[in-house]
This record gives sequence, structure tokens and C-alpha cells, in this order.
Amino acid sequence: MLYFIEQCLNGVQLGMLLFLLAAGLTLIFGIMDLVNLAHGSLYMIGAYFAASFTAETGSFVVGIGLALLATLLVGIVLEIIAIRPLYGRDHLDHVLATFGLLIFFNELVRLFWGPEGRTIPLSSEMLTAVQVLPGVYYPLYRLIIILATLTVAALLYFVVMRTRLGMLIRAGASNREVVGALGVNIKLLYTLVFGLGAALAGFAGMIQAPISYVQIGMGENILILAFVVIIIGGIGSIRGAFVAALMVGLIDTIGRAFLPDLVRLFVSYSAGSSAGPALSSMIIYALMAAVLIFRPEGLFPAKK
Amino acid sequence: MTSRLNIRNCVIVVLLLALALVPVYAALSGNTFPMSFSAGVIIQAMAAVSLNLIMGFGGMVSFGHAAYLGIGGYVVGILAKEGVGSGLVQWPLALVLSGLFALSVGALSLRTRGIYFIMITLAFTQMLYYVANALDRYGGDDGLTIQRRSEFGLVDLSSRTIFYYLCLALLLVTVYVVWRLVNSRFGLVIQGARSNDRRMNAIGFPTFHYKLVCFVIAGVICGLSGVLLANHTSFISPALMHWTRSGDLIVMTVLGGMGSVFGPVFGAVAFLMLEQILPPLIRPMASLFTIATGIDVSRAPEYWQILLGPLFLLVVLFARGGIDGVLAGMRRG
Amino acid sequence: MADALLRIEALSKRFGGVVASDEITLAVPKGELHAIIGPNGAGKTTLIGQLAGELRPDSGHIYFANLDITALPAWRRSQLGLARSFQITSLFQDFSVADNVALAVQAHAGHSFHFWRDARSEPSLRDPARAVLARLSLADRADVLVSRLSHGEHRQLELAVALAPRPRLLLLDEPMAGIGPEESARMVETLRELKGELTILLIEHDMEAVFALADRITVLVYGRIIASGTPAAIRADEKVREAYLGEQERQHG
Repeated sequence: MLYFIEQCLNGVQLGMLLFLLAAGLTLIFGIMDLVNLAHGSLYMIGAYFAASFTAETGSFVVGIGLALLATLLVGIVLEIIAIRPLYGRDHLDHVLATFGLLIFFNELVRLFWGPEGRTIPLSSEMLTAVQVLPGVYYPLYRLIIILATLTVAALLYFVVMRTRLGMLIRAGASNREVVGALGVNIKLLYTLVFGLGAALAGFAGMIQAPISYVQIGMGENILILAFVVIIIGGIGSIRGAFVAALMVGLIDTIGRAFLPDLVRLFVSYSAGSSAGPALSSMIIYALMAAVLIFRPEGLFPAKK
Repeated sequence: MTSRLNIRNCVIVVLLLALALVPVYAALSGNTFPMSFSAGVIIQAMAAVSLNLIMGFGGMVSFGHAAYLGIGGYVVGILAKEGVGSGLVQWPLALVLSGLFALSVGALSLRTRGIYFIMITLAFTQMLYYVANALDRYGGDDGLTIQRRSEFGLVDLSSRTIFYYLCLALLLVTVYVVWRLVNSRFGLVIQGARSNDRRMNAIGFPTFHYKLVCFVIAGVICGLSGVLLANHTSFISPALMHWTRSGDLIVMTVLGGMGSVFGPVFGAVAFLMLEQILPPLIRPMASLFTIATGIDVSRAPEYWQILLGPLFLLVVLFARGGIDGVLAGMRRG
Repeated sequence: MADALLRIEALSKRFGGVVASDEITLAVPKGELHAIIGPNGAGKTTLIGQLAGELRPDSGHIYFANLDITALPAWRRSQLGLARSFQITSLFQDFSVADNVALAVQAHAGHSFHFWRDARSEPSLRDPARAVLARLSLADRADVLVSRLSHGEHRQLELAVALAPRPRLLLLDEPMAGIGPEESARMVETLRELKGELTILLIEHDMEAVFALADRITVLVYGRIIASGTPAAIRADEKVREAYLGEQERQHG
């Protein structure tokens, strides 16, 4: 039971990271109608920046702060140089061009940081387990991840729901032409939205780095999950991304934790170990397929 | 009709001749690397041509095409490991399973379009990737070594030369078959559906059925490429089915030119040649730069791929017809 | 009217709060040219969409030669002999004019699971295509790419593609949209010639054409039929004048 709760918390943690990625992705897709396969590259760059800055300054917090700025800058430059020519073109062009960017970023990282990955060391107190519920212990840092990402999510909610920028974003997500008609500087808005997405993705990469890994291509696998999340949640919908991200995070984590044992009831031990991840991925993809067939606009579509 | 003696067709002929003569060069010089490399190019070209059938002509952008390379490869690998070495069993089974997988994926995916289609084909491939990873008995994520090439009794595929010419022959057959397919009644329906699916339905075509058949045909051809690839490298691993490998196939196809049947062959050649051509080109420049400025960029040639991304981006933005388009455009001089 | 080729019964469709089709009931006998007119937003295109099979009505039925086609997909309806042209030209841009029409012929020439023979050299497909093109004065443009045609030629080709499979019922959605007076007159002549050969349901704004061609006219306003009858009856109908024709007369002074 305790194990189950711990896995649930892990699921929430993964879900929140997915949310940060998915939120940026869904905004960019919803507002600029742009499919960005290089979004995972920003996740990766954020992690690498954090690793380097933390090593340089000796402080993880400072490292994150600098890395956020650096990732935001990369995002903005990327938008101006490579993304702008893509607006208005068909999705295939986006897919192809951003795939090219994905390859480019992988090589760029390899050039500057070398082929081996990086790690961000954590002080031992960060790894101690704290009591979250009677009898339930959870590593402190993982708890911090959940709290930090929830805070960012809340901030995002505040910006999107209560500020003028947020209103433009919401309007843009459901009706692009309206925003243009309002006389807003579209170019600037797009750049800001892209930069925001980059910062969110980078932050996700950074914050999970100490307990996971920083290596080339790390964005590729999680990017797919992020796309699955936005399809399930509904393109352009942040609320949808939030719910779907939690769903996917929980299913994936709990699946990986418990399915191996379930499989082992029927087949061998090792088959269980390897079948677990495969099955939990299949469940998630099956869920996406079901949404596409029965409710293609997503579970929480952005309002028309 | 314009003369057939244009630049593009000349390049095609020269390229095919060069490919046909590679084993001769290998026999004369004793250097077998070009032959091994070219066989790889030929096999990837075949996969790219099959992708172009659904992508360039059918408008179905599939990020899941590498799945068939995996299916073809794993059928050969698994059967070989279990003692079934006969190509007469392995190859047909690989093709049938590729077809069945394409049928299932297509039946579900073709109900969607655009980015959703891309995502769902990608998802299916990833599923196969995870399944392959889970097959401990067959190497899991380390992959599976294949001890012997498929046995055919009369034809000895362990001979490099024979295998090479078999691959080349199959590529030529594939190109020819796809060319006939594209201009047949069936092909026109596929192209029409790409051009204006709504109108196709309005004039009486149940486009879903045709697209599904096309999807299966492309999958089967790519499955055959997978069979050849496994025989060629004597190794198969789940990495072959990762969605980024599908991306590589897409890059080859777009780079070569989606508008013609032969285009992807150019793309495969270019894509795989870049790895051979660029580093030696960059090396002297890098050495000079290092000596002149004192900044050590001597390892720069290893990072030739860094040019690939932007190059591809430029092709997508400005030269959508790919290499084939550029060559064809040269006709007007 | 049991022998009507097309029978629409209480067809209704809503989009959110907007009623696009409100209990539309109509019967079109074989051989008739029936025009549907109405101000913008009256739901004419929605009606065509439901008849063609692109939109599912919320309630009601559509009968084609006494067969209930309400649930049939568009391609099936086409196979039964129901053709449709589009208000906004919808052709195959990267194909030639002849290719476009030949495709329509091909759709009705058995199945297309033929994988080998070059379809562009099949006389059974190309000859009927050229015949249709000749009829619509497009014969000399046969090998031109659609993207290079003028707007007027596009509208001709729209009609040609719909006619190629020799349909029994032709749904024409504003065939004269955006074409000049000369080409309009030619289109009217072409439609007049077609009148005897097949049944036509014509949606048009061009009142001259409508009154010159129609055997009967139905007036649609906010998704509801407010009047239906002979051209003379419609012209005299008070409700119609108010809702529609009167507006037009006032505008044209």
C-alpha cells in the first residue's frame, strides 16, 4: 500500500513534468498552429545549461536561474531565425523543419558538451525521505519537484487567466484571426509564447536532472508522451494538458511499477521486467487512439 | 514530349551504372568497404522509395515506417535464432507480418489526418520498439546478432557479390513496380486523394480503402528492406524502430524529392554519402583553422551532422522538390 | 409524390444554437430543374451538404429514387447517381483538366484496384472525358494544369467533373459564382441543354439564371422553406418579396 502511494506520487511528479512540456507545446500548437518536434531539444538544452551553471557556480538554485535565462534566450533566438518562416505553412513542413532542428540540437550539444552525459549532484539531505502522510515517506527532492512544478503551473494559470497577455493567449488559442483584428503585435506575441514554451520545457528538463539523467536525445522519448498528452487533453487547452498529463504520468508510473508483477503471474520473472514498460506504453497509446476515434477534439477542448 | 536525354535522367543512369560497377571495383582493388556501404545505401533507398509511395504520392506522412524495417529484420533474426534459416520461410513470413501490421495500423490511423495521423503512426512504431526491447530472449535492447544469412539452397547469399546484386535488382524492381503503380488506376486514386480527398469522395471513390491498400503495399516493400538489412548487417536491434529512424527515412525522402519515384534514391545516396564526404572535406579546413587561430577545432569533422539539420531546414523552406526537383529544373537551363 | 427522384422529409440540422435546416420537406420529380434561392445564411449550402452526404442531419430523411440514403456516405451516393458541384471550386490542382474529368469517369468504371496499366492511356476513361470537355468548351484546354485555368474555366471544369459519370441527379452549388456575364450566359445555355437529360437541384444567387431555367423554385430563409412553386407563383408571393426579392429590388433601385 505504501509502495502504491509512493508510486502515485512518482506518477504525479512525472505528470507535472509532462504538463510543463505539454503546456508549451499545446500553446504553440494552438496559437501559432505550429507542430514543434524540437520542443524536446529545449528540454534537453535546459538540463545541460543547468548542469554547467550549477557546476560553475556551485549552487543549484543559481544554476537553474541562469539556465532558465539561457533557455529563454535560445528559445527566442530560435523563434526569430528558424520558426518564423514556418508560420502558415502546412504541418508537414513544420514536422520536417523542426525534425531538422532536432538533429541540429543533438549535434550542437555533442559539440559543446561532448557525447557523455552530465549529472547534477544532490546534497544528501535532498535525498532523505520526509514524511508526507502518516507512515508514508518520500524523498525530499522529489517532493520539491512536485511543489515547484505545481507552483509554476499555478503561475501559468494566473498569467493565462488573469493578465492581458493571458487573455490574448486564450483568444489566440481558440481564434487566431480575432487576435490579429485586435491590433496586437502578432510577431511579438508569437515570440513571447514560444519563449514561454521554451522556458517551461527547459525548466522541466532542469528540475528533473538531479534525479534522472542529462544526455543527448533525452528529449525524444518524453516529447512523444507530451504529444500524446496534448492530443488526449485537447490541442490549445492548458486545462486539458494538466488533466491528461496527470493521467498519463500516473498510468505510466503505476503501470511500470505493477504490471511486471502482474505479468509475472503468467510468465517468467525476466519477461515481467521487460514487459512492464512495453505494456504501460501500450495502454497510453491505446488511450490516445481511443480519444482520436471517439472524441478527436480531446477531453477538454479549448473553447471555440 | 520533351526529350528523355535530360540532366536528371543522365544522373540516374550514371548513378545506377556506378552502383552496378561497385562489386567490380571491389574485386579489382580488394577494398570491400564501398560495396558494403553501397549495399546499405541501396537497402535504405528501397525503404525510402516505399515511404514515398504513401508520403509523396499519397500524402500520408508516416512517422512509423521504420517499424517495417524492424519487423522484416526481427522475423529473420528470430527465426534464425530458433534454427529456421531458410529464406523461403523467413522472407515470406516477414512480408506477411509486415502487411498485417500495416493493415492494423492503417485501419486505425487512416481515420485521422494531419498531425494526428503523424502522431498515431509514431505511437504504433514506439509500441513495437518497446515490445522489441522487452524480448529478452532475442537480445532486448542490446539487439540480436544473426549468425548466418538466409539460406536459399540454390542461391548463396553469404557471397557478398551475389547478395549485393540481389539488393540492387530488388531496388530496380521496386522502383519499376512503384512507377507502374503510381500511374495505374490505383495510383491515380491515391494521388487524387492526396490532392483533394473531399472531391474524391464526392465523385464516388471510397478513398479510405484505397489508402489502406497503399499503406499495406508500402509496408510490405519496407518489410523486404528490413529483411535485406538484417541480412546485410547480420544484426538487428530495437533502435532500428525508434521514431527518429522513421525521421531519417523521411529526411531521405524529402531530400531526394517526393515528386518522383526515383527521388528518394537520390535522397538515400545523399544522406548516407554526407557522412562519407563531409568529414574529409571539413578536416583540412579545421586543421588550418586550428593552426591559424590557435582555437582547437580539430575535432570539427566529427560534427558534420551539425550541418545536416540546417541543410534540411533550408531544403524544406526553399527547395521542396529536393534533389530531384533541382535536377529536373536544370533541364530548362 | 411517390415517383419523385429526390424526396426530402423534415430535414433538420442545428449547429450549436443556430438552426441551419428547419424541417425541410421537398420533392423533386425526375427531369425537373428545381432552384433553391434565399438570402445569405439561409442554409442552402448546409442543405447541399446533407444531400451530398458530407453532413449528418439531426433528424429527417432523404430519399433518392425511393431509397433511403440518409445514412449513406458521400461516395456511395455518388455511385447511386447523385453528383454534386462545389460553390468554392474543388478540383485536383496538380492534375490536368482531362485528368480531372477522367478521374470522375474512372470512379464509375468499376473498381480501381488495377495496379499495372497506365490509366492515362485507357480509352474507356479518356474518351468519355474528352466528350464531356468538348460539351463544355474545354476540349482545347484538356492538357493544361488546373492551377493555370481562369476562374471561369474553373467553374466550367467544376461542372464537367460532376457531369462526367452521367449522374441521375445533379446538385449544383452556385455554379455561376464569380463569373462574368458572358460566361454566365454560356453556363445558362449549357444548363438549359442538360435540363432534359437529368434532374437538377440548383442553388443560385443569379436571379436571371434562376428564372430563366427553373421549372420550380423553393425559397429558403433561416433554414425554413417559406415558399415553393412555379417561377410565376414565387415572383408574386408576398412573403418572398418581403424576405428576399424585395430586398434585391430595393438595392437595384
